[in-house]
Amino acid sequence: MNLKKKISLTVNGTLVNAEIEPRRHLVDFLREDLHLKGPHLGCEQGACGACTVKVDGQIIRGCLYLAVQADGCVVETVEGLTKSGVLADLQESFMRHNAMQCGFCSSGMLLAAAELVEKQPKANREEVREWISGNYCRCTGYHSIVDAIVDVLDARAKGQKIKPVTAHA
Amino acid sequence: MNKPTDLKGLVLDPVTNDQRYIGNSEPRHGARRLLEGQGTYIDDIQLPRMGHVVFWRSPVAHMKINKIHTEQASKMPGVLAVVDGLQMAKICKPWVATLGHLAGMKSAPQHALAVDRACWQGEPVVAVVAETRVQAEDALQLVDVEWEELPAVISMESALDPETPLIHPELGDNLCFTRSLDVGNVDQVFASADVVAEATFGFGRHTGVTLEPRCQIADYNPGERRLTVYHSQQAPHMMQDLYCRQFGFSESDVHVICKDVGGSFGIKVHAYPDDFATVGLSMMLERPVKFVADRLESFTSDIHAREHRIKGRIAANKAGDILAFEIDDLTGIGPYSMFPRTSAIEGNQVVNLVGGPYKHQNYRAHLNVVFQNKTPTCQYRGVGHPIACAVTEGLVDLAAQKLQMDPLEFRKRNVIPDDAYPCSGISGIKLEVLSHEQCLRTIEKMMDYPALRKEQAELRKKGIYRGIGFATLIELTNPSPAFYGVGGARIASQDGASVRLDPSGVVSVLVGVGEQGQGTEGIYAQIAADAVGVSINQVRIVTGDTDVTPYGGGTWASRGAGVGGEAVLLACQALQENILKLAGAILNRPVSELSVHRSHVLDKATGEQLLPFSEIGRIGYFRTDTLPAGFSADLMVTRHYTQKDYPFIFTNGVQASYVEVDPDTGFVKLLKHWAVEDCGRVINPMLVNEQVRGAIVQGIGGALFEECLYDDSGLLRNGSMADYLVPMANEMPDIEVAHVETPTQSSKLGAKGAGEAGTAGAPGAVQNAINDALVPFNATVFEQPITSEKILRALKKI
Ligand code: FES
Ligand code: FES
Repeated sequence: MNLKKKISLTVNGTLVNAEIEPRRHLVDFLREDLHLKGPHLGCEQGACGACTVKVDGQIIRGCLYLAVQADGCVVETVEGLTKSGVLADLQESFMRHNAMQCGFCSSGMLLAAAELVEKQPKANREEVREWISGNYCRCTGYHSIVDAIVDVLDARAKGQKIKPVTAHA
Repeated sequence: MNKPTDLKGLVLDPVTNDQRYIGNSEPRHGARRLLEGQGTYIDDIQLPRMGHVVFWRSPVAHMKINKIHTEQASKMPGVLAVVDGLQMAKICKPWVATLGHLAGMKSAPQHALAVDRACWQGEPVVAVVAETRVQAEDALQLVDVEWEELPAVISMESALDPETPLIHPELGDNLCFTRSLDVGNVDQVFASADVVAEATFGFGRHTGVTLEPRCQIADYNPGERRLTVYHSQQAPHMMQDLYCRQFGFSESDVHVICKDVGGSFGIKVHAYPDDFATVGLSMMLERPVKFVADRLESFTSDIHAREHRIKGRIAANKAGDILAFEIDDLTGIGPYSMFPRTSAIEGNQVVNLVGGPYKHQNYRAHLNVVFQNKTPTCQYRGVGHPIACAVTEGLVDLAAQKLQMDPLEFRKRNVIPDDAYPCSGISGIKLEVLSHEQCLRTIEKMMDYPALRKEQAELRKKGIYRGIGFATLIELTNPSPAFYGVGGARIASQDGASVRLDPSGVVSVLVGVGEQGQGTEGIYAQIAADAVGVSINQVRIVTGDTDVTPYGGGTWASRGAGVGGEAVLLACQALQENILKLAGAILNRPVSELSVHRSHVLDKATGEQLLPFSEIGRIGYFRTDTLPAGFSADLMVTRHYTQKDYPFIFTNGVQASYVEVDPDTGFVKLLKHWAVEDCGRVINPMLVNEQVRGAIVQGIGGALFEECLYDDSGLLRNGSMADYLVPMANEMPDIEVAHVETPTQSSKLGAKGAGEAGTAGAPGAVQNAINDALVPFNATVFEQPITSEKILRALKKI
C-alpha cells in the first residue's frame, strides 16, 4: 500500500513537488530530499532550535513539523534568506562579534534573531536574552550573540546598515 | 559589556617584522559560510550506495546476552545487514585502555559490539544497516535479543565493598586505578594549625552535549583496500592510527577527514565502540556506512565526566598563611576505561591540581577510580580542573571565613608570587611562569570590588542576599610527550604545519590541528599572514585531512594555539627565508640586501619594491630554467613543534561571580561574571574572549544545572535535552573578560592554551558566590549541581 502523499510547496523561492511519507519531518525533507545544509538536527524533539526554518513567514521547528503540513506553504531556510539579503545585517554583526563558534546553532539562531528584530525592535539586552532562550548554543556562552543582535537593533533604530566585515589590509 | 580590545603593541614585542594581525581581534573570515548555512558537517555528506546504521543498545545497566535473533529484522525492506558482537569481533580486535605511566591501572577488554555481556545502558549490542535511516530504525524494532539482567554496580561509594559484585571478575576488584601522594608533614601541620576547615564536595556526572551529535561515515573501498572515514572528531591522526591497529591496516590504507565539527569539548576526542563498529560494517558490506547518534544515544553513549566525591581539608595559621591541603577523591568511571586516553586521567589531574595556585608546602591526596555499570566517563573540557578548582577554592573560602579575612586578600597573600617562577607546585607539577598576583589585581579593579562589597552589605540589610565568589586557577596546556607518549598511547604531542607559496602569491597552510569552532583556522591565518608577509585574505588554511596535513595530535589539552600555532609560525618564517633566497637567485643579489614586505621582496636599504610574490611564484614554478644550476626553489616547507621544556605550560587566571540567592525559593540568579586570563601571547583577543565565555558557561552548567541522573538500577533518568538542563541565554550573565599576557619562553610565539580555563574556574567561583550569599544563614552547599532544592536543604527549609 502506498501511503505516500503528494505535496507541493515553495522552498527558497522555488516550487517543489514531492511524494513523501506522511511521517517525514520537514527538516528531514529539506535536508535529505532537497539537500539543503542550513537547518540542522540537534535534538529532534523541539528543545534546541537548530532545525529552525520559516513557514509562511513564521519560524517553526523543522523537527516537530511534518513535511505534509507544509503543503501549499512558503518555506524559507537560512540559504534562501541569505540570498535574499534578509539576514545580511545579522550575519555581518555575527561575524564582527564572533557570535558563532562551531556554527551548528547559527542558522536557527539567526532566524530567531531575525524574527526578534522584526517583532521587537526596541528589545533591550535582557529581552534579547529571553527571546533567544529557545535556541541552544553550546559554544559561545551567548554573550557575543546578544552583543551582535543588540548592535543590529541599535543600527536599525538609527536607520543604519551594518557595514560588511572586511579583512583589514 | 566589554568590547574585544586590541592588545597589539600594548604589552608584548612583536614576533614578526611587520606584525599586523597577531594580537588583533580579526574576524574569522572562514566562518562566514557557517552563517550562510554552507558548512559541511557529517550529516550533510551523502555518498552513493551509502547505508545507515542504527544500534540495538543495552536497555539495562548490566546484562548477559543469551541469544540474538536477527532473522525478522534482516528481512525488512532496505536492510543490508544485521550484525552482532561475535561477527564484529572477527574483524575488529578488542582493546584495553590503560596507560603505562599510571602505575597499576587496569581495565577489561572492550569490543565494538558487546559480546556475551553488556555493561551499561546504551552499550551497542547489535548493528542494523539499511539503505535509509528510517528503514534501519524500522528494522531495529524487530531485533530480538534474549537477555537476562545481571547485578549492577551503580554507586561508586560501595563499588569496592567486598559484597559488591565484580563487573569484570578477572580483574579481581572494581578498582581501576589508585594513587596516593604525601608531601611535607601533613598530620603534624593539621594537628598544630590555628585554623582547620573541611568539607565534602560532590560533583554530578555530566556530559558535553555537543549540538552536533557524534557522527561519521566509514567508506571502505575494496578495489583499493582503502578506508576513508569522514568523522566529526578532534584528533584525525589518532583515529587513523586506531583504525590501523584494530583492523590491521597500515597508515597509508586509512584516510580520516574532519570537515566542519559541530562542537567537540573533549567529547569527540575519544574512540567509541560505535566508531569501530561503523568501520567494521563498511568493510563487511564494502560500501559507505553512516552513523549519526540521535540525542538519546548521545546521552547514554557519549562519554560522561566528573562524578566525584571529595573529602577535603585545609590548614592555615592566624597570620593568614595556607599551610596544607588534604583530599580524598573517589570517582566512578563506568565499566571500562575509555580508549585510548583512559578514564583515570581525570582523577589523576585532580590530585595534581588541588592547591595548585598556592604556596603551601604540605599536601596529601588519595584517589580511587572505580568501575560501575554506567556510561563510561573520560576527558571532557577542563579534565579534572573544575573539580580541583572548586575543592581548592571552596576550602580557601572556608579558611578565610574562619580567619575573618577578606577572601580576595587571603588569596593575594597565598598565591605563588609572580616573581617566584619557574618553580614546582607541591604536587610536583612544574610551573614555568604564572601571574596570579597581577590577575588578582586586575580583577579587583575590573569588578570594582570595594563598591560591590558595599552594595552587597547594603542590600543584605534589605533582605536581599547577594554573594561574591572567587576562583583562582591554573590550567595545563601545551602538553609535552609526558602526557600520553610516555604511557604508550599513540597520541602525538608534536604538531606540524606545511606552508606553500602558490604561483599567484597566495599562501596555503596545512596544519595538523583542526577547527571545531574555536577559531583555530582564523589564528593560523593571522600567524601565517604576519610571518610570511602577506595580507590575511592571501592565506588559505587546510586542516582535518590525514592524507594532506602533517602528522599531529589535533585538538586536546588546549594545544591549538600553543603547539599548532608555533608550528605555523616556524613553517611560515622558513618559507619567508626561502622566498628571499629565491629572490636573491633571481636578482643575483645577496639575500642580506633583501627583505619582505607585504607580498613584495624589497631592497632592504632603499625600501624599493623589487619583486612581487606572484613573480616569485611564476619563476619558482614555471621558469626554473632561468635559475642557477643546482638551485632548488623550495616554495613549500614543513616544520614541526613539540613543547619539551616542561610537561605542560600552565595558563592561569582568576574568575569572580556575583549572584543573588532567594532564601525562600533557593533560586540563584547569576548577575555578573568576570574573568582574567593569562594565556601568554593573545593572538586574537576576540576569539580568546569567546573561548573564555563559552567555557565559563559550560562550567556554570555543571555548577548549577547539568547532571546525568540515574535510578537505583542504573538507568539514565534524563536522557533528553528537555530533561537534562543546559544553560540557555536567559539564565546566563554578561561575562567580562580581561587578559594578562605572560608569554611562555618555550616557544617563539609565546602562546599558552585558552580553551578550558573558563570551565575550570567557573564552578568554583559560582559555588563560592552562592555560599557567600548564604553566610547570614550559616549555610553552605558543596554539592554540584547546586540546585534550588539543595540550597533549601542547606537552609533547612525542606
Ligand atoms: S532539532 Fe529541532 S529543536 Fe532540536
Ligand atoms: S556555535 Fe556551536 S552550538 Fe552555537
